[in-house]
Amino acid sequence: MTSAIALRSLTHRFAAAGSAALDAVSAEIPLGGISGLVGPDGAGKTTLMRLMAGLLKPTAGSLSVVGLDPLSQGAELRTVLGYMPQKFGLYEDLTVEENLDLYADLRGVVGAERKRSFSELLAFTDLAAFTDRPAGKLSGGMKQKLGLACVLLGRPRVLLLDEPSVGVDPISRRELWRMVTALAADGMAVVWSTSYLDEAERCAFILLMNAGRVAYAGPPADLTGRLAGRSVQLTGIETNRRALLGRALDAPQVMDGVIQGSRIRLVLRAAGDAPDLAALAAGPAAALVAVAPRLEDAFIDILGGGPGGHSGLAAVMPPVSLPEASRGAVIRAEALTKKFGDFAATDNVTFSVPQGEIFGLLGPNGAGKSTTFKMLCGLLVPTSGTASVLGIDLGRDAARARQELGYMAQKFSLYGNLSVLQNLTFFSGVYGLEGRRQAGKIDEMIHAFALGPYLGTTPTDLSLGYKQRLALACALMHDPAVLFLDEPTSGVDPVTRREFWGHINGVVQKGVTVMVTTHFMDEAEYCDRIGLVYRGQMIAVGPPDALKATAATAEVPDPTMEEAFIALVEGHPPVAGRAAA
Amino acid sequence: MTDGASFSVRRLLALCRKESLQIVRDPSSIIIAFVLPIALLMIYGYGVNLDASRVRVGVLIEDSGAQATRFAAVLAASPYLETHRYAAREPMVAALRSGAIRGYVVLQSDFGTRLAAGRSPAPVEVVADGAEPNTANFVASYVQGIWATWAGQEAAQSASVRAGSINVIARYWFNPAAVSRNFIVPGSIALIMTIIGAMLTSLVIAREWERGTMEALLSTPVTRTELLLSKILPYYVLAIASMLLCVALAVTVFAVPFRGSLLLLLLYTSLFLGSALGIGLLLSTVTRNQFNAAQASLNVAFLPATMLSGFVYEIASMPAPLRAVTYLIPARYFVNALQTLFQAGFVGRILLEDLVFLTASAAFFLGLTALKTRRRLD
Amino acid sequence: MFRRLITLIKKELQLNLRDPQSRVLLFLPVLLQLTLFPFAATLEVKNATLAILNHDLGGSGRELVQRLAAARAFPHLLMVTSQAELTRVVDEQRALVALEVPADFSRKIADGRTADVLAVIDGRRSNSAQIAFGYAQSVILGYADERATQAGRPPTSAVIVRNFYNPNLEYQWFILPVLVAVITTLGSLIVTALSVAREREQGTLDQLLVSPLTPALIMVGKAVPAIMVAFVQATVIALAAVFIYRVPFQGSVFALYLSMLFYAMSLAGFGLFISALCETQQQAFLGVFSFMVPAVMLSGFVAPIENMPLVFRAIAWVDPLSHFIVILKGVFLKGYGLADVWPNLWPLLLDTIFTMSIGYWMFRRRIA
Repeated sequence: MTSAIALRSLTHRFAAAGSAALDAVSAEIPLGGISGLVGPDGAGKTTLMRLMAGLLKPTAGSLSVVGLDPLSQGAELRTVLGYMPQKFGLYEDLTVEENLDLYADLRGVVGAERKRSFSELLAFTDLAAFTDRPAGKLSGGMKQKLGLACVLLGRPRVLLLDEPSVGVDPISRRELWRMVTALAADGMAVVWSTSYLDEAERCAFILLMNAGRVAYAGPPADLTGRLAGRSVQLTGIETNRRALLGRALDAPQVMDGVIQGSRIRLVLRAAGDAPDLAALAAGPAAALVAVAPRLEDAFIDILGGGPGGHSGLAAVMPPVSLPEASRGAVIRAEALTKKFGDFAATDNVTFSVPQGEIFGLLGPNGAGKSTTFKMLCGLLVPTSGTASVLGIDLGRDAARARQELGYMAQKFSLYGNLSVLQNLTFFSGVYGLEGRRQAGKIDEMIHAFALGPYLGTTPTDLSLGYKQRLALACALMHDPAVLFLDEPTSGVDPVTRREFWGHINGVVQKGVTVMVTTHFMDEAEYCDRIGLVYRGQMIAVGPPDALKATAATAEVPDPTMEEAFIALVEGHPPVAGRAAA
Repeated sequence: MTDGASFSVRRLLALCRKESLQIVRDPSSIIIAFVLPIALLMIYGYGVNLDASRVRVGVLIEDSGAQATRFAAVLAASPYLETHRYAAREPMVAALRSGAIRGYVVLQSDFGTRLAAGRSPAPVEVVADGAEPNTANFVASYVQGIWATWAGQEAAQSASVRAGSINVIARYWFNPAAVSRNFIVPGSIALIMTIIGAMLTSLVIAREWERGTMEALLSTPVTRTELLLSKILPYYVLAIASMLLCVALAVTVFAVPFRGSLLLLLLYTSLFLGSALGIGLLLSTVTRNQFNAAQASLNVAFLPATMLSGFVYEIASMPAPLRAVTYLIPARYFVNALQTLFQAGFVGRILLEDLVFLTASAAFFLGLTALKTRRRLD
Repeated sequence: MFRRLITLIKKELQLNLRDPQSRVLLFLPVLLQLTLFPFAATLEVKNATLAILNHDLGGSGRELVQRLAAARAFPHLLMVTSQAELTRVVDEQRALVALEVPADFSRKIADGRTADVLAVIDGRRSNSAQIAFGYAQSVILGYADERATQAGRPPTSAVIVRNFYNPNLEYQWFILPVLVAVITTLGSLIVTALSVAREREQGTLDQLLVSPLTPALIMVGKAVPAIMVAFVQATVIALAAVFIYRVPFQGSVFALYLSMLFYAMSLAGFGLFISALCETQQQAFLGVFSFMVPAVMLSGFVAPIENMPLVFRAIAWVDPLSHFIVILKGVFLKGYGLADVWPNLWPLLLDTIFTMSIGYWMFRRRIA
């Protein structure tokens, strides 16, 4: 037996007439090492995971997991299978130990074996000190580890992990990866599903899915190898890099491009065929440096290239003109503090964001990032200190301040039951738009985001990309001077993410100021400045490149954003008297 | 479906233990199982009192004769009426209209003379508030009863007026004081068992689906039987505990007699819980969503148990199609059995009929649940 | 501000009417209650069975049985032949009331003496049994009168009963006006209580809170649609009551709708309170349920408030439903005008002020 899992023209439809969540998928997932199941939201990853766990019946085709059919030999398979669903499958009102006891009993781990497993797993997961704590009171990273411990009981031969790293900060993500790598080294077959391509890049084997089909199966290096010579970095930029990126993306030689701190990363359509830097007006010091291709480059390549540099939104947004006085600090936090009981979620945070800047808030789970963010857009009232927008104190004149800000939440909070047009009408009405102006603005947004064909559709039935467009349209209807984005692209595929940032780059050039929270290091690279929040305090503020530079060491002279993040957080001395969770 | 694994007591116990811990830790389960029953018993036991004791009744006496005065005194002395004397008809009618009194009695000016002469029309005029039909019935029959008794006594005293009357002697079996609480309180236990069995259970299983724990459970070697039993047993125990609490309250606080056998009560409650838990499991398996499950159990279990079980509203008085529907409602048989066990003790034919139907219904709902429960997500 | 309010109201109505689940939640109860309740929720006694054990071989006993057989109240007469059988039919609930006519019945009647009839009443269902017994008693007393008159003696029964406002004591005349109130309750509570929780679950609440809308405006934007839905539902039931069930409507329409406005407002305030308190729709649903059951049961819907102990009467006085039910029955059956509803309207006003205040307080505390 050379493959752990074999898929043979596997097809699954949820409704008899519906489109296929999995469409004739054939692949062999090898034994040994971590196999990544990769793809954007809606690619069919979870469906495939459930089929492998015997929780769904295939519509057509067949599969075998370690030589067993998940349905007809389900009972046998389940004794050697560990499956961790997306929400970890923990009972939140049961303690760590009770959760372990339950799964140990269910998997027949008893007696001395059980004692040994528990002490092993508790040491492995670092949870020994928390056995009495209810699972619901654990941090995201600890829940994830406990979920893993529960499926590891009984030493499964196959481990299926469905998006174990969603909503988890880079530090916990890295720890989990270490643990699972150790397991895979012991011979366990691991399938790890993820929408993070950087994670997938580290797998021994990947199954790249798109819209229910296999886009690629094999070692990631083979895929990125195809891009040899096509990935370059544009350095020494002295002009506005957002405008430059737009121009570069419009160049026929460029397939894809993103901002990386002060530099721009481009993927060329053909190796060696670079655009003329002078024609792009990149400035005299600009130079192209070859860089190693990434899996994400290859993925965009498979999908047929990025969305281009044109933003229909920027074309219709009027430029923001602000009085001289407020330009320097459009968003301002002064000694901002929020206490929940004795616990200070945000502890004396001060910073300001000038007009036209993208400011990113980063930090581990529970560090106080979202508390700070919520106070700045007026969703939480600070315990002390002030949050102001355009010089208007959110605590004193909330209604006037709110008229100036746009907000887009992580889950694209739209009315799922209203039509696209009704959503647009409602949100413009809420901001006081009426009559011809309202109709004109709605028309502009429909045009800018190409929503025309979907006006009668409900957001629930839209693809994630269109949901995101609609949410952005609703947030920008009233031409706000400030835009707040809360994890705006989590779970979104790279092409849609690029399109989104194209729009953001466009509105920033119109003078809109943007504040964004993210767990996503690629997104952080788009920011002009980043504030790193840890244990309620802002432990570092600065441009992405500056943060990377402070984290540089002799071993890692040019750290990635993620490495910089981890180094800065782990290097920060613990504050006495604060709960670790 | 193939479910090759064999049943394991250890797995079942582990699941039951988990379920019990969840019940104990989740305040809403405890509230639904113990606080809600007490509240409902109180509401039904004290609030739903159909015995119009001390009905407020107006009395207008236009005749100043001795007989009229004597009859008015008898009316006033009745424990069933709270009489209010009026001097004129108009304020009394206004009081009836505003709901201050539920009826009135008028003894017209010729009451004494007509009574003596034996001429009709009869001299006692009773008007009741038809807007409260049940109370109106009581007003009429109370005054009629008081009149019949009084007329008999008068006749016996004065030899001149001999009445060849019929004296109806009423005897209330099982419930000599005709207290409605004695049948309302046992009936409401059926309602409480419905809430715990169907509503609470449907919520907790739907919660497992929503939180993704069901998916995790299904990927372990757990069998379908273990899964079902682990949901049934803890809630069965919880419901029985709640039932015993209700019986204790009914007997001590509400002084409802319990004449039957506790063992039989356990048997019937268990059978009914078979249906209720079956419905709860079925709904949550089908909806997999707490909100829809709560709504469905409200419409499928709670409403029929309130309206069509015969615990407040008389089934015999419903139109034939509706009567036919009540035969399909398990609560009907349980209410019947409860009322029998509490008040009559043992009546073979009734209890046998209830036993047959409750068993059939439990088998049906549990069977359907077993059939609908799969070890898969689709 | 007014424009924004209209926008909010329009959105709320669209939300409730577009979503199949809310549509079901709003209109299924109307349909169900309209078809089920008027027939099921009845304390009338129809189709009752009367058992008779006649020991009397004379004519009077036979005549009495014939009278009882002719009575509309008892379509089924069960003749039993022994004491044991009588006991059994009552025990087994085959008869609600059993009459035992003694052997000397005819002789005593003939002699002009007082004859006894023994009535055994099934106390297990004491309410229906008492009413059935009342029917039997009046047939028996009527027979006695007739005999007395024939014999030239004065009739013993002299009580004439009339029922005002509902002459035939039709239970449906009682239940349908009450249903208007029960439906309005469900409508206002469901629309308000679930809506904030739903917006919280979908994340749209944050979207509203970052907008320039004030909490008060958001609250009014939730209350008004609830009142509108309640009005539509109530109007449907009221029309059905008058035109399908033929319940008379004798009072002032204005008084009815004015009272309904305050009633719906008092509930909307409470619904918003629940809604601001609860995190999820499911909690809100349980909240509505735990409010509805006591509110309905203690409102006079099933049993008259005056029969309750003092504590429960106090609760009933606070319960807006109990006041609205009195108003509804008055407006439908008793021809109430504005002046007549006032004694029950001002407690409703107090309820409205109270619930709106706690609703707003909770709203500000938990949301804004």
